[in-house]
Amino acid sequence: MAVLERVEVAAPPRPRRRDRIRWSEALWGYALIAPTGLGLLVFYLWPVLQTAYLSFTETGPFGGPATWTGLNNYRELFSDGEFGRATLNTILYTVLGLLGVPIAVVFAALLSRPGLRGVAVYRTIFFLPVVTTPVAIAMIWRWVYNGDFGILNYLLSLVGIEGPHWVADSRTALIALVIVGIWTGLGYNLVIFIAGVKGIPRQYYEAAEIDGAGPIQQFFRITVPLLSPTIFFVSVVSVIGSLQLFDLVYVIAGGSNTASRANPAFDSMETIVYLFYAQAFQQNDKGYGAAIAMMLLVLIVGLTAVQFRMQKRWVTYD
Amino acid sequence: MSWLRRTSVALVGIAAVLAASTACGGSKSDDDPNAKATLSYAVWDKNQVPAMEKLAADFHQSHPNITVNVQATPWETYWTKLKAAASGGAAPDVFWMNGPNFQLYATNGVLKPLDDGTDLSNYPKSLVDLYTVDGKTYGIPKDFDTVGLWYNKTLFDAAGVKYPDDTWTWDTFKAAAKKLTNKAKGVYAIGSELTSFQEYQYNTIYQAGGHVISDDGKKSGYADPATIEGLTFWTDLIKSGASPDLKTMTDTQPINLFESGKLAMYYGGSWDAAEFSTNGYTKSRVDVAVLPQGKKRATIIHGLANVISAKTAHPSAASQFVQYLGSKEAAELLAQSAGVLPAYNGTQDAWVKSHPEFHLQAFLDQLDYAVPYPVSRNTAAWQELETKYLTPAWNGQTDVATAAKQLASAMDGALADEK
Repeated sequence: MAVLERVEVAAPPRPRRRDRIRWSEALWGYALIAPTGLGLLVFYLWPVLQTAYLSFTETGPFGGPATWTGLNNYRELFSDGEFGRATLNTILYTVLGLLGVPIAVVFAALLSRPGLRGVAVYRTIFFLPVVTTPVAIAMIWRWVYNGDFGILNYLLSLVGIEGPHWVADSRTALIALVIVGIWTGLGYNLVIFIAGVKGIPRQYYEAAEIDGAGPIQQFFRITVPLLSPTIFFVSVVSVIGSLQLFDLVYVIAGGSNTASRANPAFDSMETIVYLFYAQAFQQNDKGYGAAIAMMLLVLIVGLTAVQFRMQKRWVTYD
Repeated sequence: MSWLRRTSVALVGIAAVLAASTACGGSKSDDDPNAKATLSYAVWDKNQVPAMEKLAADFHQSHPNITVNVQATPWETYWTKLKAAASGGAAPDVFWMNGPNFQLYATNGVLKPLDDGTDLSNYPKSLVDLYTVDGKTYGIPKDFDTVGLWYNKTLFDAAGVKYPDDTWTWDTFKAAAKKLTNKAKGVYAIGSELTSFQEYQYNTIYQAGGHVISDDGKKSGYADPATIEGLTFWTDLIKSGASPDLKTMTDTQPINLFESGKLAMYYGGSWDAAEFSTNGYTKSRVDVAVLPQGKKRATIIHGLANVISAKTAHPSAASQFVQYLGSKEAAELLAQSAGVLPAYNGTQDAWVKSHPEFHLQAFLDQLDYAVPYPVSRNTAAWQELETKYLTPAWNGQTDVATAAKQLASAMDGALADEK
C-alpha cells in the first residue's frame, strides 16, 4: 500500500515564450499526453472526488446507498482518541524515518569513492530489499525481533544484554518499525544518491585536495551542498512514503495473530493508513474510512508544502 | 482543438470506460439446470483444501456440467476479502459461513435462503438454529467442533504428572500446571491465549457459571462476577508463570509453542486433530481429553455451514452443490479426509476412527453439556472490543475486573447499535 509518489523536484527550465507556437505542434502534444491525462482523470482525480463525497456519508455494512451525514464522520474522527494517536505515531515514524536520508548520503559517498572494489556487489546487497515484497521482509524481521528465539536478542545476549520483545513492547515497537523502514529504503535512496554524487565534477575535489581539505571536509563542503537538490527530492519522497506506512505495521504488529489488537504494543504502532484499513475494510465503515483518507491527504499536502517552502534555505541549485 | 472539444472528448472516454465496467458486472443469470456452470467455492482452512477439492471432483462426476473451483483464503483475511467482494456484488457462489458472521450477512441480503425443502433433521438442531434468523434457514451445516484439552505426553511423563481425564477439575488442572512448568527448560504448562475466545475464555466463562451475552442478545455478560472469574482463570496462569506472558505469545503463538514442545497443554478445537496429526512433532506425542470441570462442565460448540450468495449467477447449480455437500456421502468423505467432525447425524464415528492415535471420542463425550457459541446480529463488532479491552488485563497493566466492566459497557453500546 505504501506507494511512492514520484515528485518532480528539479523544475524543468521554463520554456522561453515563443511568439508563434505552431498549431499542429500543440495538437500533437495534446494527443500524445491524452492517454496519460485521461488515465489521471479516471483513476486519480475521480476517486479523489468520490472519496471526498464518501467522507460526508454513511453506508451500510455491505455498501449500499450512501446517506448524507454532513460533518459527522469528521466530528467522530476528532473525538476518537485513536485517530490522534495514529497521527502521532505516523508523524513520529516519518520524522525518525528521515534518518535514513543522511545514512544513505554517507553510504553513497563511500560507495562512489574512486578505486573501490566490488561496488557492484555492495550495490546489489543494498538493493535487494527494494525488490523483495514488503510482506516477506516484515515476516523475516518479525523473526529477527522475536523476544525469545530471535537472532537479534541472541546476538545481544552474547554481550550480556537481555533484549526486549521488540515488537510486543510499546517502548521499542515503533523504533523496530523505523529500523526496518530505513533498511528497506536504503537501496532505493542509494541509487539516486550515487547518481547524484557521480554528477559532481571531480575537479572540485582535486582543487579542494590541493587546498589541503581532508575527506571529511570534502564531504561536508562539496558533496553535501552539491547534492542538496537530490537530498531534497529524496526527503520529500521519503516523507510521503512514510506517511503511508501500512504493510510493515500490518505484518509486524499482527504477525501470525488474527487480531493485531492483541499485541500489547499495538497502540504505539497503529498508523493512519492502518486505521483507515481497519475502518474501511475490516469494519466496512466506508464513510469513516474516507474521512481518514481525506485527513491523510491534507497531512501529505501540508507537509510537502512546508518542505518546498523550506528548501529555499538549504537547497542550492547551481 | 477548443477547450470544450477537449473536455467533451475526455468525458466520452470516461463514459466509455464506465460503461464497459458496468457491463462486466451485470451478467445475467441463467437458471437452466442443465446449463454448463462454473462455481466458485470459498474456504479458509488450508488443512481442508485437499478434502474440499476431492468433494468438488466427486460432485463433478455426478454433475458433469458443473465445475467447482475451490478458492482458499487464509483465515486472517477471509472475512475482509469476503466483505469487500459482497459489497461489490461479487461474492463467491458458495462459501463457508461461521456463527459470528452469519446474521450480519443474512439480514443484509448477501445470502440466499434455502428454499428447496432440504431435510434439516439430518443435522444437530443447535447448528440448524445457528443458521436460522427471522424464521429462515440460510445454510446447511457442514461440520461442528467442540474444544478439548490437548496435552503433550512426553512433557507429562518428564514431570511425572498423570495424564488428564474426565475427573480433572480446575484445581487438578492448576496443581498439574505448577508441576509442568519448567522455567529452566523454557517449558510452560499452557499458553493463556488471547486471540481465540472460542478455545479459551468462552469455555472457562461458562464453566464458572458466567455468560458472554444475555439470552435475548441485548446485553453483555462481562460485568457478571462469574464471567470475570472465568477470565481470571487465564490471567492467574500468566501471573503465576505457568503461562508465557502476552509479549511472548505475541511473538510466538501458543499453537506454535505447543507444536515445538514448549507448552505441556493446549485448549484446542476438534479441528486441530488435522493439524496435530500432520505435524512431525505432535503426531506421536500428543493426545486429547475433555476440558477440566469448573463450577460446572462446559465446552463451546460451533459449526460451519455452506451458504449460497444471493447474487450468484448460477442459483440452481449452487443449490445442487450445497445439497451434495450436505449429503451423507459427502459427510463421510469429509470425516475421513478433512479431519473435522461432519455435521450429518451419525457420521461422526468415521471421524473418531480416522485418527486412532488420538482419543477423539473426548470431543463427542462433551456434547451433552456443550454451550452454543455466543452470537448476536453483528458479533464481529463486539468481538473486536473483547480483544481491545482485555489486552491490558492480559498484559498485566489493568486489573481483570476493571477491564471486564469497561468491556461490558462498550459491548452494550455496540449491541444497542444493532437495532
